[in-house]
Amino acid sequence: MPDKIVVKDLRRSFASDEGPLRVLEDVSFTVGDGEVIAVVGPSGCGKSTLLNILAGFDRPDRGEINVDGAERSGPSSKGILIPQHGSVFPWLTVQQNLMFGLDGAAYAEKVALADHYAAMVGLKGFEKSYPHELSGGMLKRAELARALVVKPEILYMDEPFSALDALMNLRMRSELLRILSEERHTVVLVTHDVEEAIHLANRILVLSARPATIQAAFEVPFPHPRKLTSPEVQALRVSILRELGVDRDAR
Amino acid sequence: MGRLEQTLSPLAVVAALIAAWWAAVEVTGSAIFPTPGQVVTGTFELVRDGTLWQHIAASLLRVGSGFLLAVAVGVPLGLWMGWVPRAFTTLNPIFQMLRPISPIAWIPIAILWFGVGNGSPIYLIFISSVFPMIVQTTAGVHTIERRYLRAAENFGVSRHTLFRRVVIPAALPQIIVGMRIGLGVAWLVVVAAEMIALRSGLGYLIIDSRNAGNRYDLVVAGMLIIGLIGLLLDAGMRLLEGLESVQWRYAR
Repeated sequence: MPDKIVVKDLRRSFASDEGPLRVLEDVSFTVGDGEVIAVVGPSGCGKSTLLNILAGFDRPDRGEINVDGAERSGPSSKGILIPQHGSVFPWLTVQQNLMFGLDGAAYAEKVALADHYAAMVGLKGFEKSYPHELSGGMLKRAELARALVVKPEILYMDEPFSALDALMNLRMRSELLRILSEERHTVVLVTHDVEEAIHLANRILVLSARPATIQAAFEVPFPHPRKLTSPEVQALRVSILRELGVDRDAR
Repeated sequence: MGRLEQTLSPLAVVAALIAAWWAAVEVTGSAIFPTPGQVVTGTFELVRDGTLWQHIAASLLRVGSGFLLAVAVGVPLGLWMGWVPRAFTTLNPIFQMLRPISPIAWIPIAILWFGVGNGSPIYLIFISSVFPMIVQTTAGVHTIERRYLRAAENFGVSRHTLFRRVVIPAALPQIIVGMRIGLGVAWLVVVAAEMIALRSGLGYLIIDSRNAGNRYDLVVAGMLIIGLIGLLLDAGMRLLEGLESVQWRYAR
């Protein structure tokens, strides 16, 4: 698997009243082309900061990010960020949202493409709906479809399903896996949910508490569909939780 | 609460107030303060000789012109100030200083600049309704959530598209609020604006009725008509809040 993203020695701190707040310290890792990588860590450890830097919305104080061998400069539709709280434009319909990032093509083509992706995420029949008329799960689907429609090579997902209830969370994970099997994307997924990480990722990076460094990395060798109740998965879960320092409560 | 009840309870209060007013005039035996009946008779008098419609039309024309002028200036200016930090830091202090000056204080200068035609009241209405629109529009742009701007940036859209398809629609609910406030203020100052000697308008009607023979029935009639039209104008502006593309802000 060729390297898609190479991250080297990322360092980022923010100014605060008590002097600089060191958030990331010497974070280095690579993501292979088509790989799904999950970054887990304690809350407030800098996972979102890392993702924002990767997606180009923030600059590291030091270190570099190469995508396809070239230095990444600013955000582009090559890598779409799916933020934690969603960013589907509430003033546009689902269809208009999906067409937002498409330029150049003729109007009819855009509509066809938008409707194709709406159907892919299960929003057929809701193309003309406004976001406030949709449920939380449907909003996530719209968010995902809007990212997919511009054919990005990379998806940066920041706790994408954490706001959903457990059942919907599980359903969205399966949907995402189905979509990823249809269209190959490289995915960097930030989450605090270890089970979600095991369900989705090929590899899991564990970030330490602030200033965050990569404390451990785990391969997830299980083929899809993954059975989350299997002893191997549980064993992996316990090892990851132990890295996160919550082993005593983990079963 | 049912629809019927929603309509009935304010009507009941209005009926009670009218009854109290009528009783108070009868009990005190006031020679000058009119009873509700006299106000109605006075209003019909104005309707019959056609002057009422002329006054209403004149006032609406002035308020309409001043208000539309304020929209044309205030909304673009507010968008610009909201979007460009330099524009905000430069202009905001000036506007914040001009804003608390009562439109009445502008009357002498308005007469100096625009004379005693329609120009002066239109200017006064403009000056009083433009500031709320600037303030609301600016706030509308300032409160756009960063995640939306980032999403637009992520898709690599042009600055023009970003402004047209993200900034303006995101600020639109606040712009509409600004327009509602602006129109409310515009209508509010119509009386003050028409104090400047003009021979038409509801403001003129009120001042003139008092000056020419203490016709307090017409004074009160003018006030009530201003109130009723204000209510209708606001209801009209509220229709804008029903637009599909702004429902996300008002719904729920």
